Amino acid sequence: MSTIRVTAGGDAALETRDVSVFYGSNEAIKTVSFEIPRNKVVALIGPSGCGKSTLLRVFNRMNDLVPTARVTGEVLFQGEDLYADHVDPVEVRRRIGMVFQKPNPFPKSIYDNVAFGPKINGTGGDIDAIVEQSLQQAALWDEVKDRLSASALELSGGQQQRLCIARALAVTPEILLMDEPASALDPIATAKIEELIHQLVADYTIVIVTHNMQQAARVSDYTAYLYLGELIEYDDTNTIFTAPTEKHTEDYVTGRFG
Amino acid sequence: MTGEAHAAVEFQLSTPPDLVRRRRMGRIFELACLVTAAAGVVVLAVLLVDVIVDGAGWLNRTFFTRPPSRIPTRAGILPALAGTIWLMSLVALISFPLGVAAAVYLEEYAEKGWLQTIIQTNIANLAGVPSIVYGILGLAVFVRWMGGLTGGRSVLSGALTISLLILPVLIIAAQEAIRAVPNSIRDASYGLGATKWQTVRHHVLPNALPGILTGTILALSRAIGETAPLIMIGALTFIAFTPEGPRDAFTVLPIQIFNWVSRPQDDFRHLAAAAIIVLLVLLLSMNALAIWLRNRYEKEW
Ligand SMILES: Nc1ncnc2c1ncn2[C@@H]1O[C@H](COP(=O)(O)OP(=O)(O)OP(=O)(O)O)[C@@H](O)[C@H]1O
Ligand SMILES: [Mg+2]
Repeated sequence: MSTIRVTAGGDAALETRDVSVFYGSNEAIKTVSFEIPRNKVVALIGPSGCGKSTLLRVFNRMNDLVPTARVTGEVLFQGEDLYADHVDPVEVRRRIGMVFQKPNPFPKSIYDNVAFGPKINGTGGDIDAIVEQSLQQAALWDEVKDRLSASALELSGGQQQRLCIARALAVTPEILLMDEPASALDPIATAKIEELIHQLVADYTIVIVTHNMQQAARVSDYTAYLYLGELIEYDDTNTIFTAPTEKHTEDYVTGRFG
Repeated sequence: MTGEAHAAVEFQLSTPPDLVRRRRMGRIFELACLVTAAAGVVVLAVLLVDVIVDGAGWLNRTFFTRPPSRIPTRAGILPALAGTIWLMSLVALISFPLGVAAAVYLEEYAEKGWLQTIIQTNIANLAGVPSIVYGILGLAVFVRWMGGLTGGRSVLSGALTISLLILPVLIIAAQEAIRAVPNSIRDASYGLGATKWQTVRHHVLPNALPGILTGTILALSRAIGETAPLIMIGALTFIAFTPEGPRDAFTVLPIQIFNWVSRPQDDFRHLAAAAIIVLLVLLLSMNALAIWLRNRYEKEW
């Protein structure tokens, strides 16, 4: 299967080539080939269990941590296959950051949550400045600047999720992977995170998994529709939501699915 | 609302007969549980009162500062108390790092395969081996074979033996504490480009530590009463000096207590009771420390 391209220049931040993921003998992702353009937001949509999270974790080798998971195919990141022998998954995860579906702050202070990444990566520099800047970027600074030493667990769910985003930004990744970052949030917190995505895309490439069609339509430039591990259709978001080629995609985005 | 209107209503939500019956079953069960629990508490209370009545009067200066003696009024528990403290400190120093390291290895590093299963099963089985068997092992290995290093029938040999004895329990407790650290924390750490060691060092261990400490203290409080394996490796029953170093001969409180109760004179029975009070106070303070640690650091994720 040839790579589905959405740009003419081939300026891809990531490109998958015949990527399959197996959990034991169960093939959760089936020979997916597509590109993710630089400085764009790509949404992954599809029914529950279709493999969105699995595909997302392919991009920063989080699947390595699942003992039964096996990945085949190539994932090109700046011309280098992320699954080549010489590639160190720890370095991959620093360059390609992830925000998880459930807010998972460390049970430490707000400051320590953000400072942990820069500290362990030994990037040096002024940690205080990095913490402030990351919290600013995640639109959380004003709410927490007076209580940086308070426990992160005291924050509300939406604040925790933005803290997790700040934490991911603090290690200055090139790509940000977000797994349903707003699924547990109220409309106001969700709006804040969407607004944040709009701002971040100037500097980052963002891949976002979402169950919310309106959200996909609002935040993303391109949308990939997955079904049972297969990439059914991938195009710019407008096309996917107004004039999809595949009947299956249309049924899903209009809610007639199933 | 008027009285007539009220009377006109037919109640449907009052207790139906079969619910009365079901409730009665619940009450009977509740009472049975209460009686059983009370029985345990009462027995413990009777024991405590008996021991305190027998021994409290003997808890004086002489008792804590003197070695045992043939004359009851001049006998004390100093060597036994010092021996117990030496033994427990050495056991803690030896078993804590070994137990935590083993638990971290099994939980975080070991591939889930047949080797890990075998090790795990063995640890669970070892936790159930009678303590006297560890005594035999300690005698053969630490006293005889490694006698040159350990000083033979020394407090070090005793500590090594008791460490082996509590290690399985400690490892299992530490593993449980480590397993209780949610995977989402590990994911967050790895997701930021942390190595396995950084994840273990900064997140898994600090979060598991209260649980590990609680487990360690409970294991130690089991060890503090151990007698059989120590007699096996030759802890002395009569000793007039306190150990100066890990290679010295020693005795411990339970052995001293056993020694006193086996004497015919009544006064020695009182001495034994007094020593039991000391042992119980040590034990209860360790348990209290464990509970305090658990409450203090209890985590909500
Ligand atoms: N750790 C795992 N071990 C085995 N199978 C797994 C594992 N994680 C996911 N799977 C399987 O892989 C398939 C895809 O799962 P995945 O979590 O990627 O779905 P998803 O699209 O993210 O679903 P959702 O929208 O519900 O989050 C499912 O069939 C699931 O059962
Ligand atoms: Mg998912």
